[in-house]
Amino acid sequence: MTTVELLWNGLAAFLTLCIFSFLYKDNPFYKFAEQLVAGVALGYWTMLLYHTTFTDKVLIPIFQQGKLHYILPTIMGIMMWTRFSKKLAYLSRIAIAFYIGVGTGVALPLYMYNYVFRQLQATVVPLQFSWLGLNSLLMVSFVTCTLFYFFFSKEHKGTFGGLSKVGIYTLMAGFGASFGLTVMGRVALLVQRIIFLREYFIALFGS
Amino acid sequence: MGHSQKESVWGSCNLFSRKAILFSLTLLVFFNFHLKDTQAHPLSPPTELFAQDTPNDHGKSISLNWNLSPDDGKVEGGVLSYEILRSTGLQGVFEVVGSVPAGTKEFTDQDTALVNSHNYYYKSRAVAVTDSAVSEIFGPVTPSGQWFHTGKTSVFVATLLFCLIIIVAISYAKRGGKLYIRPLAGINAVDEAIGRATEMGQPILFVPGLGEAYEVATIAAFTILGRVARKTAEYQSRLIVPAYYPMVMVVSQEVVKSAYMDVGRPDIYNEKDIFFVTQEQFPYAAAVNGIMLRERPAANFYLGKFYAESLMLAETGFLAGSIQIAGTDEPIQIPFFVAACDYVLIGEELYAASAYLSRDPVQLGTLKGQDWNKLAIVILVGLGILTATLGFAWFINLFNVNI
Repeated sequence: MTTVELLWNGLAAFLTLCIFSFLYKDNPFYKFAEQLVAGVALGYWTMLLYHTTFTDKVLIPIFQQGKLHYILPTIMGIMMWTRFSKKLAYLSRIAIAFYIGVGTGVALPLYMYNYVFRQLQATVVPLQFSWLGLNSLLMVSFVTCTLFYFFFSKEHKGTFGGLSKVGIYTLMAGFGASFGLTVMGRVALLVQRIIFLREYFIALFGS
Repeated sequence: MGHSQKESVWGSCNLFSRKAILFSLTLLVFFNFHLKDTQAHPLSPPTELFAQDTPNDHGKSISLNWNLSPDDGKVEGGVLSYEILRSTGLQGVFEVVGSVPAGTKEFTDQDTALVNSHNYYYKSRAVAVTDSAVSEIFGPVTPSGQWFHTGKTSVFVATLLFCLIIIVAISYAKRGGKLYIRPLAGINAVDEAIGRATEMGQPILFVPGLGEAYEVATIAAFTILGRVARKTAEYQSRLIVPAYYPMVMVVSQEVVKSAYMDVGRPDIYNEKDIFFVTQEQFPYAAAVNGIMLRERPAANFYLGKFYAESLMLAETGFLAGSIQIAGTDEPIQIPFFVAACDYVLIGEELYAASAYLSRDPVQLGTLKGQDWNKLAIVILVGLGILTATLGFAWFINLFNVNI
């Protein structure tokens, strides 16, 4: 490790330990690391948005390429700033409504395709008398019961209540598996960080 | 005399030498012919070039296909690649706009220089090591955008039907039809959590997640935020909302401000408590964790879109001793909330919560319509399995989407 690497890695190791100190309790070291990382992220995003949005989507198209239709969304963006004026603050609501409306409109067919069509196609499997067929049958049954759990306008009583209970058990089984998988991923991240600290201290003090 | 000399030369050769001379002559003749053949047979061009506007797009794209050159696939002197040439006029200069390896029969010209409603002419050129051969010109072809994506017709029809069902349900609710909504434990606990925070004199933290303002989960979170804000205005509690996106901050401010005005307490609305933190995931999580430990909120709400930071937030809130209510439509994150929070709204329960809280006929009708749609999906699954088992593929093919 060169001296420069040692210095930079030393900073990284120090900040890692600062964040880990949160496990004990809130303290000045954690506060320092937290505010540093939040500040750096904020500054980074401010510059990134300036370049990718203001420069690429306002300055260049309008003033260099003469694409005047870009003025309309720019005006919408400017309307957001009217929030600082009590008289004109209502204008910002138009821009907000447009933004949410367009976003939702674009999302609607995507949701229909991803969450209805593809799920439906994956669930529909021909019945057959084999282990694979039994597996498919169980899958279809659990999917149906889970759908029953998400019926909100019907009381969950009697047979329907029983089926919806199977649905929530199915969900919990899925959540358990997902939990285990993600925890393993997090442990791997922790191990990676500990290896980094170990290697740094070996480089600093020798083995 | 000459004849006899020739005869004598030939005659003087032994049998082995005669055979060697004949073999050499045969080889010479063969290579001579072969050489002549390769020189005489030029590279064949690709044929049947066809170009058309790429369907179902916003324009500025032309799709081409052709039949391979007969020399494609030959080891020696065969085609190495095909170049696609474009011109704006039949007699104009053709420029190379793309290249594909041998064996390829199609190419999509998506050059940014293409302009909708302009005519273009194309040629395809087979390229070998030392030779090339150009196809006939095809054109004119005009790129254009389409308003309707025919490959997504099934999605369009299904969306229309689903919307129609919801509109019918809403109109039923508006006419005063009785609609039942099953209780949601997490939502029933909202008032309890706010009351507890008020009694303890501590603030309430509402985290609207890492979703953009237009995402369904975030929109549902805004509705619940409105309800929470009404209660905090009534009880005069402090409400803190750290936002991940500037737009989420703006909408949150609007929602909370409206709620305070509805209750008649715009005077206690504090815009500075609804603030933008940062647009980076883990710095955001670190900052919110810090808020939890320093402001000590008595109740934490995590409602919206959450990712890997969910457990960090929920665990810190748990350690801080706050009552916690979470809800997200991210299936991977729900287990973490289940583990560390007091109440969790699972998936669609988050969307239902807003209707449950507001009792607004439009939202109640929407919820009822969604249930009908879910019933329709269950029926479609049943029909799909039946037809698939009987060997009819047409039913499930109805849901094919050509993107």
